[in-house]
Amino acid sequence: MMDIQVMKVGVVSCSGEEIPEGTLCRLACRKVLDERPEETVTICLPLFIAGGEEERTFASNYPTITVDGCDKMCAAKATEMLSGKPSKRLSIPEILKKHGLKPPTKLRHFGPEEEPAVKAVAEEIARAVDEVLEEE
Amino acid sequence: MGKKHKKVVVLPCSGIGKVFGALARETMYELLEKTRPGTVATTCLPLLVIKDPEAVALVTENPVITIDGCPKDCAKKSVEALGKAVDKAFEAIKFYKEHKDLKPEGIAEVNETGCKLAVVAAEEVAKEVDKLAAGEVA
Ligand code: SF4
Ligand code: SF4
Repeated sequence: MMDIQVMKVGVVSCSGEEIPEGTLCRLACRKVLDERPEETVTICLPLFIAGGEEERTFASNYPTITVDGCDKMCAAKATEMLSGKPSKRLSIPEILKKHGLKPPTKLRHFGPEEEPAVKAVAEEIARAVDEVLEEE
Repeated sequence: MGKKHKKVVVLPCSGIGKVFGALARETMYELLEKTRPGTVATTCLPLLVIKDPEAVALVTENPVITIDGCPKDCAKKSVEALGKAVDKAFEAIKFYKEHKDLKPEGIAEVNETGCKLAVVAAEEVAKEVDKLAAGEVA
């Protein structure tokens, strides 16, 4: 029998307070979550530590894409350690390099200058969502 | 009088999808860049979740103030999970309750009114920063 349940993909962003790429990561994830509300779901990353059992089962409940602002890969590592293996691990530096874009320089109040980077990262996340949905 | 501190660490939860998580983050940036630059330091909260040694050292060796976006208190609990008690914990909604004329909106970043509220919130948090930096008990 065909399973017609609508599948959602988890998108977990690092919060990256310390560097502009963290803000970019968060904004791009939010953009995808807002544009694809039927197919995506998220969780506040620190809930893997601060939350209960329900929060820690997130990555077993949803195939999950992690998005990280730098090569420390906090979201990917925390998800794997505390919830479950992510289906895909995206990294902002790799995405920016692929698109030939410079990293942002501001920690907050992104505007038109940062828009191409937010758009490019959001597109990569959306593509990863499509791939995960196709695979499932 | 306790030990004086050069740095006071401020950690917001940055809750994704919650206006008060975004307000907590904006308040920290206001402190870091404008209200108490040079004294306030921060680190990425997820670094504590993965127990990054440098981030853990920063948090365990300096006074810490957390600002959380909801009663789940993720920033506070992430510090406590390292065996360290926070020196002062705020819930961001408190700032709005005290300044109802400044209703923050927006979930990734707060709107202009939210930014104004963050300026006011940063002033209030700065009082605690000063006490901790001076070695006074908060
Ligand atoms: S991956 Fe990098 S930017 Fe993101 S939270 Fe970790 S250290 Fe910060
Ligand atoms: S305290 Fe609330 S808003 Fe902040 S990260 Fe935790 S669950 Fe999200």
